[in-house]
Amino acid sequence: MTIPSFKKDMFVMLIFSAVILTMPMWLKPLGAGYPDLLQKFAIFGIFAVGYNILFGLTGYLSFGHAAFLGVGSYTAVWSFKLLTMNVLPAILFSVVLSGIVAAIIGFISLRRSGIYFSILTLAFAQMFYNMAYSVLTPVTNGETGLQLARTDPRIIDNMLSEAGAGLPSPGLFGIQMSGYSGFYFCAVLLIIAFFISQRIFHSPFGMKLQAIKSNQTRMKYTGYNTRPYLLTAFVISGMYAGLAGALMATTDPLAGAERMQWTASGEVVLMTILGGVGTLIGPLLGVGIIKYFENIFSALNEQALLAAYSFMPDWLAKMMVTITSPFVGEGWHLTLGALFVIIVVFLPGGIMEGLGKIKNLFRKRPPDPVEKTLVEGQIQEEKA
Amino acid sequence: MSNIILEIDNVQKSFGGLKALHNLNLQVEEGKVHAIIGPNGAGKSTMLNVCIGRLAPDSGVVTFNGENVLGKQPHEINQAGISRVFQTPEIFPDLSLLQNVMIPAFAKREGSFRFNMFSNLCSEKEVMDEASHILHDIGLNEQEHDHAGSLSRGDKRRLELAMCLIQHPKLLLLDEPTAGMARHDTNRTIELLKKIKETGMTKVIIEHDMHVVFSVADHISVLAQGTIIASGTPDDIRGNPKVQEAYLGGAHL
Amino acid sequence: MDAILLQILNGLDKGGAYALIALGLTLVFGTLGVVNFAHGALFMLGAFCSVTFQKLLTISKQVKDTSITFFDAYKEMPYLEIWFGDYGKTIIDWSVPLSILFAIPVMLLIGLAMERGLIRHFYKRTHAEQILVTFGLAIVLQEIIKLSFGANPIPTPAPEIFSGTAPIGALFGLGESVVYPWWRLIYLGFAFSVIGSVFAFLNLTTFGMVVRAGMMDRETVGLLGINVERRFTIVFGLAAVVTGLAGVMYSPILPPDYHMGMDFLVLSFVVVVVGGMGSLGGAVAAGFLLGILQSFASMNEIKSIIPGIDQIIIYLVAVFIILVRPRGLFGREGVMED
Repeated sequence: MTIPSFKKDMFVMLIFSAVILTMPMWLKPLGAGYPDLLQKFAIFGIFAVGYNILFGLTGYLSFGHAAFLGVGSYTAVWSFKLLTMNVLPAILFSVVLSGIVAAIIGFISLRRSGIYFSILTLAFAQMFYNMAYSVLTPVTNGETGLQLARTDPRIIDNMLSEAGAGLPSPGLFGIQMSGYSGFYFCAVLLIIAFFISQRIFHSPFGMKLQAIKSNQTRMKYTGYNTRPYLLTAFVISGMYAGLAGALMATTDPLAGAERMQWTASGEVVLMTILGGVGTLIGPLLGVGIIKYFENIFSALNEQALLAAYSFMPDWLAKMMVTITSPFVGEGWHLTLGALFVIIVVFLPGGIMEGLGKIKNLFRKRPPDPVEKTLVEGQIQEEKA
Repeated sequence: MSNIILEIDNVQKSFGGLKALHNLNLQVEEGKVHAIIGPNGAGKSTMLNVCIGRLAPDSGVVTFNGENVLGKQPHEINQAGISRVFQTPEIFPDLSLLQNVMIPAFAKREGSFRFNMFSNLCSEKEVMDEASHILHDIGLNEQEHDHAGSLSRGDKRRLELAMCLIQHPKLLLLDEPTAGMARHDTNRTIELLKKIKETGMTKVIIEHDMHVVFSVADHISVLAQGTIIASGTPDDIRGNPKVQEAYLGGAHL
Repeated sequence: MDAILLQILNGLDKGGAYALIALGLTLVFGTLGVVNFAHGALFMLGAFCSVTFQKLLTISKQVKDTSITFFDAYKEMPYLEIWFGDYGKTIIDWSVPLSILFAIPVMLLIGLAMERGLIRHFYKRTHAEQILVTFGLAIVLQEIIKLSFGANPIPTPAPEIFSGTAPIGALFGLGESVVYPWWRLIYLGFAFSVIGSVFAFLNLTTFGMVVRAGMMDRETVGLLGINVERRFTIVFGLAAVVTGLAGVMYSPILPPDYHMGMDFLVLSFVVVVVGGMGSLGGAVAAGFLLGILQSFASMNEIKSIIPGIDQIIIYLVAVFIILVRPRGLFGREGVMED
């Protein structure tokens, strides 16, 4: 509801960038300060921020975004194999190609709305997934997954220098894409991605997308051709997914079809909803929480649980272990599914809605969603 | 005689076996307020739906400003200059009042599609001022940051009217703008309609409330069973025995 | 000619499964207006009813193996065999058909619990929210199954006398080459009888009449003072039973594993969309149609022309139908056409 001024947006961007770039420091006490996990945060952050541009703004629920993620990954690995281990061309090709694929799928799927749209995207996702294992095996290498090989042509690299003895790894003009440099590279891209998303949210274009979500019929009779708006949003979010896919391939240059299964799209939906769909920062919160707890929970086993409950009396600790052990380790997905149900039932607005409710509790005045008004924004701008 | 802005020529439309519109002919003069009255089920809303491209007629021609509008997309018809207030308010319930009127203002300025994602809404001062101004006109400026969904039904209808007015349409179609309103709200709307009348905007208004009809209309057409049975000035209609029989059931006004 | 007949037959058993699942899905969507993404999970639960029943029947204890005489050997022997001898053996052999009796009450309970506990709170929410919450539920159910039964497919064989193939060709004078597994033939007959019972139930009973009226116009039925809520619960239970039974009988054809629900979910939605949302007859017809179509697409002659077509044909058909005729092949005009 609120439309912050450009100045305020820039201020938010500044804080956001600082928070993201200092993540290795402030996540260390939480036991999550190592580059692999941080990189995962950043990559899934990009995916979720992009998904939110479609689902959050227009309300169109797509189950096909994993396909764009897959397209991005495969493209990136092919770029490593054929051209160069430099990540920039890989990312560029991935984003462009997933954008093209999104444009085609979107053009067809957006002819329908509501549940038909969801089923269409689902059908396309399944088609891509099945084809990756059958017709497209020359491109995807089937079940083995697409990998780098020493014999790859790598035209540009080999023109510039002799091929090394071992398998080369992706890099940015000599900077390796593993460890902290890899994280910072992803983090910078996340900041750019977030900036673009923020611009979209606070632009007339974004407002029109929200209006389409609110009442598409009114939009049509108000003189808008809604389909190009929806298609633009779809393609942008598809490109975000492609970027995320490419970054996954830069961290670990291997692309497999399981990334494209439609249930993988379900994961990004969950992250977006958990944080707060349609809010700017919500999807990132969702990603952070899910990836953080996935990391902790899936590493837990019964011994670890027993240790954690050691302060309890013996019988209670044993009982707690029996109750909680199905939810950790292998059972992490069970926790995830249950969380999904609970969030949709009790808190459809996600964590952001929860935070808003808590805020209002402390304020002791009737809940008022409109806090910082447009006029205030204007006044601030005029003062400055 | 001023020129004809909207002409409905011999339009037919049936739903299954039911003839909703039957040889419908109607001419709307530019700058006039043209009221359509008629009993329930006479085809009034169907007629408006045909004009805005929501329904395709079986045969006939609808000409607006010298151009055939049939077969055009709803947004093209709106961009050509027809705006409509619906019978049940069609607004953006999740957006603020201000945004509700900014959206049509952008449609008027930018056309049916523009990819302006890098400008900030706050820098669109002209549109915002215009929107604030029109909300002031309809008396809703106090709540301009509230969700439109939280408004009362009467306020929603007035908001929808404002959304149409901000587009300065060549032709405004109003489908029972006072239906379900309290007397006080009705009077406010009549005042508003009179004010718009001074701007010279052409209007077609469907209305059941004769008080509203006779206080704003320049011209009245009576629709019964899908066809126009009488047309003329309010005084003509008031005295027309055919109308009284078909529509008013013999009661005298 | 023989080849064509064979493909039709091959498509029919898969089509039977599609039709049964889609029937349940349509019943739920048509009456309750709920888009149930946990429907595939019901199919999977049905298949695991068969697994569970088999496990129950084969609970064993160690007994001395009398066939080995030169040292003490022990073997696992099911209690049923110990108690009833050869009769016990036969019961175990027939575990899949027998588990129908076990699956009906179990699936009914699961269905009722799902509707009461979760689905009913989502009647008034948006389709997107219904999809999300049932998707979450589907994940929970499949993970529970994975934890309890492991990730590998569990073979559940059909009774031994059905293990061979039926000489269909010889029976109809079409050539010896046309043979068809007995169990698939039985599955087909089973599918037809379940479909027949559901239609008879809906068309011949008062309850069924109310349900059909509810599919036409839910609000009016509610206004007539009929307790719609309770009927919704029963309809959901019925759909769960139909879908579960489809899973029980399918378990000898496809050894159940935890993710079969998700695989069949997408397919069943595709079937429902092709048949027409809310059309029961459409769901059945489209189920068989798509089953046969898929079987034709997997013929080598077709695959050599369009490689990989067997993997995507169903989805291609769905995309085409949604775009060209959104109300589906048999859907009523004006129902879900947007």
